[in-house]
Amino acid sequence: MKKLIAGATALAASAMLAMTPVAANAKTITLCWAAWDPANALVELSKDYTAKSGVDMKFEFVPWPNFADRMLNELNSKGKLCDLLIGDSQWIGGSAENGHYVKLNDFFAKEGIKMDDFMPATVTGYSEWPKGTPNYWALPAMGDALGWTYRKDWFAKPELRDAFKKQYNRDLEPPKTLDELVDIAKFFQGREVDGKKVYGAAIFTERGSEGITMGVSNFLYPYGFKYQDPKKPYSMEGFVNSDGAVKGLEAYKALYKCCTPPGYTDAYMGEGLDAFKSGQVALQMNWFAFFPGLYKDEKVGGDKIGFFVNPKGPAGSGSQLGGQGLSVVAYSPNQAEALAYIKWFANPEVQKKWWSMGGYSAHKAVLNDPGFAKTAPFAADFLVAMGQVMDFWADPSYAQLLLSEQKRIHDYIVADKGTAKEALDGMIKDWTKVFKDDGKL
Amino acid sequence: MTGQTPPDRIAERVAAATPQALATGVRGLSDRAIAWIFITPTMLLLLAINIFPLIWTIQLSFTNFRANRTNAAVKNVGIDNYTSILSDPDIWAAMQSTAHFVFWTIILQTLIGFTLAWLLDRKFRGHGFWTTIILIPMMLSPAVVGNFWRFLYQPQIGLFNYIIAFFTGVDPSSFEMIGSVQLAPWSIIIVDTWMWTPYVMLICLAGLRSIPDYIYEAAEVDRASHWRQFWSITIPMALPFIMLAVLFRGIENFKMFDMVNLLTSGGPGSTTEVASITLKREAFEKWRTGFSSAFAIILFVTVFGLANIYVKALNQVKSR
Amino acid sequence: MSASSSSAHSVVEPSALTKRIALGAVILYALITMIPLFWIVITSMKSPPDSISYPPKIVFQPSIEGYCNLFTNQTRQTPEYLATLPPPQNRCEEVTRQRNMVIVGPSNFLKRFANSLIIAFGSTALSVLLGTIAAYGFSRFKVPLKDDLLFFILSTRMMPPIAVAIPIYLMYRELGLSDTKLGMILLYTAVNVSLAVWLLKGFIDEIPREYEEAAMIDGYTRLQAFRKVVLPQATTGIVATAIFCMIFAWNEYAFAVLLTSGDAQPAPPFIPTIIGEGGMDWPAVGAGTTLFLIPILIFTILLRKHLLRGITFGAVRK
Repeated sequence: MKKLIAGATALAASAMLAMTPVAANAKTITLCWAAWDPANALVELSKDYTAKSGVDMKFEFVPWPNFADRMLNELNSKGKLCDLLIGDSQWIGGSAENGHYVKLNDFFAKEGIKMDDFMPATVTGYSEWPKGTPNYWALPAMGDALGWTYRKDWFAKPELRDAFKKQYNRDLEPPKTLDELVDIAKFFQGREVDGKKVYGAAIFTERGSEGITMGVSNFLYPYGFKYQDPKKPYSMEGFVNSDGAVKGLEAYKALYKCCTPPGYTDAYMGEGLDAFKSGQVALQMNWFAFFPGLYKDEKVGGDKIGFFVNPKGPAGSGSQLGGQGLSVVAYSPNQAEALAYIKWFANPEVQKKWWSMGGYSAHKAVLNDPGFAKTAPFAADFLVAMGQVMDFWADPSYAQLLLSEQKRIHDYIVADKGTAKEALDGMIKDWTKVFKDDGKL
Repeated sequence: MTGQTPPDRIAERVAAATPQALATGVRGLSDRAIAWIFITPTMLLLLAINIFPLIWTIQLSFTNFRANRTNAAVKNVGIDNYTSILSDPDIWAAMQSTAHFVFWTIILQTLIGFTLAWLLDRKFRGHGFWTTIILIPMMLSPAVVGNFWRFLYQPQIGLFNYIIAFFTGVDPSSFEMIGSVQLAPWSIIIVDTWMWTPYVMLICLAGLRSIPDYIYEAAEVDRASHWRQFWSITIPMALPFIMLAVLFRGIENFKMFDMVNLLTSGGPGSTTEVASITLKREAFEKWRTGFSSAFAIILFVTVFGLANIYVKALNQVKSR
Repeated sequence: MSASSSSAHSVVEPSALTKRIALGAVILYALITMIPLFWIVITSMKSPPDSISYPPKIVFQPSIEGYCNLFTNQTRQTPEYLATLPPPQNRCEEVTRQRNMVIVGPSNFLKRFANSLIIAFGSTALSVLLGTIAAYGFSRFKVPLKDDLLFFILSTRMMPPIAVAIPIYLMYRELGLSDTKLGMILLYTAVNVSLAVWLLKGFIDEIPREYEEAAMIDGYTRLQAFRKVVLPQATTGIVATAIFCMIFAWNEYAFAVLLTSGDAQPAPPFIPTIIGEGGMDWPAVGAGTTLFLIPILIFTILLRKHLLRGITFGAVRK
């Protein structure tokens, strides 16, 4: 009995201690983003801002698999947690239409921030709603697209090069087409390299948030998948489920079945990084955002790693767009300070430092610099990838559309249900229903 | 910890927390008034946080309201939400996953739990200590511990596969507990059984201990075999307790969310998507508030029915 | 469970051999059941590469990286950038620098842990307060529809949390209670008060009415008798109930993940989101899990004699 009370009192005392507020001398604003390497780099970068302005920065980072759920929930509940939000590109429609974000046109005009200074794909992808109109809801903060990494040191091993040449009658080089990519993955799958069994490729298969959709798109786009009829918006029959799209989906499944490490049923960026860094795989699909960190890795970085853009398919080239814009949350009581941060962040000098620390600036002052392509081994590839990006729906109903694709695709690829055509037909059925409910059809 | 402990400081503090003003001000109040003053705050809280929201849910379930589009017009859709739920194959698939999960967890937990209780009832030295050890898993947070099971289940690096491989000789990376369609439903059953078998065990143990000795004594006099005693005395006498445990586990697992959400989040595909996960996706990812309210009401009614039976079972056990 | 029951079943006292077999089987089960917990603690003391090595390592060099990573955020930077920084101030910084990482600041773990403490203590205090007086009311007085009210109180606890969360989410949004500790305290109180009423009613039922009646003959009012006679007698029950409420509030996940996002978020929805440079940072998750489970382990051991009563809403007493 006595022990119980003593224990309870001790815990109560610690709770009291925890409740005592920390003395806040300066103004503080909170920035919310996903928990990943670029975010931690932004913390380091923002120390300059605090030193300059006297405004303290707090950060709220959520890992990718929970990021959308948590932040959209926060916005929908009109929460005041975030003053600044680096929100995902697909949220822009809903956040603009439901008034979650502050419209930035007037602020840009007043401060002389010109959207022409930023790469067009990022402006369309991260800032505009409706797309193609000059209504801006965010400053392009982090350019990103999907790319691939490979083990340069393995590709250079003479015995592997010989074996590959014998089998495929060409040199073991980074693939130019998706077919070549699958060949390379097959070649490495189960092979012994440096006395360890290795696997072909780490690709996205995650079910819970957006993983498998973001992965499969890089096969669907180059195989001819289109979200809608360019002439007739929201008409999807023959575009989403075109013969090319079916083949692309089948090719992704074939790659998953033959050439991924064991237990690769629910993998997204984190699992991909782990597989690559632990030396399990020859190829890895991942966001450019991670490439600076990978290049600096003490085990697989430096001259052991190479990068390439998502290869061409039968219908041309295409890469999934990633990346985010920096927005001011409409429910924030500190909008003035939040806007001041954006003004600071848009400064070309800050943008240059941002790129040097591992962030992907979208500012032309950085990207159009003649020396840019030489600043990092993946810099040139990044520009190519950003030139061929496509994005998922950014409509206010994007979450419903995404959840449907996640389910249909995961059911087909991982759980082996139905055929590729059925999966895509099912997606059209789900998506049509969503657009009908929204009154778009 | 007995009732004879002299008044403790905690009690004094609780006593002090009862508003003094109220206590003196109502000095002359009748018992009836005190009863109401004591019960009303609890009732008000439950009305505000349970009943009012419930009524709101019922009302929403007849609309197409979406919580993420507050400025859109809300339309009354009658019973459309209910009919589309009951004819939605995805919802039925979720119900089937739930049924599979509930059925097998109850079977396994009852078998293992009862066996353990029966063994503990042998009253060997140190049984109190071992009981406490066995009870630990059920006190832990299903979310936090369930999350860690994801690590244990990793092929190759996870301990679970490695242990299975150690005893059976198969390659630890040759099977994936949470990744394969066949094994994933069992991966959640295993974790739930690990956590909650102690619960069934504890209640069964109480049931076994509640059987009066004289019944066994009489059986001994009649020279009934131990086997016979087990089936005609132990099992029937402990049955109300077993039922109590089964019902409560049934209700809890019918609404299972946290552990499954963290372990498989419904995957692969929708193999382990139990009802609560579907509901969460509809309500908080797709934001179909009206539709999900209707689904919530259907789940409410089911649980309410089960709870009714459960309380009857509670009262039956209480009268022992 | 207690030694006092060892005199029961005297006639059918099992043989020494049976006892030994039973003991062996129970110990085997107990050890198997402890493996996952043992592994959580072990993992928290591994370095990240050791934690994901194949086959799993049982013998390893202990490392504090798991705990360092739990309490801080880091970024990977070039050696040139690292060279511009002041030398490491503490052991954690030293370990981090060796991997070309810089600590950029504290992580949110401590805040989440503090939120868990505040919400658990707040809701426990409130539910025990409400529960005690309501239980006294139900125990001592004739309340119309008593059984129905008690059933209603219990049934509120049985509802699926996700279903309850839908209207609560809308209501809290209107009231500005989203992501507030007050909102979570009220919600957990509403869930816990049913357990508190049922448990405490059982405990108070066991206190003979004669005590109060004697006190009232001595000139106490009903309320004074409640405060000076019943409450002290019910201390054990109140503490046991409080611990049960605390454990629920401490462990709860579904409401927490849906209704909080930062300021009021407790530890359970936070711990599964601790990631490293790549996927989950398992040593840090292990460290967070270990710290989170320690209070529960202590409470379980202190509470062991009342567990049965707690998990059956007071119906089974022994």
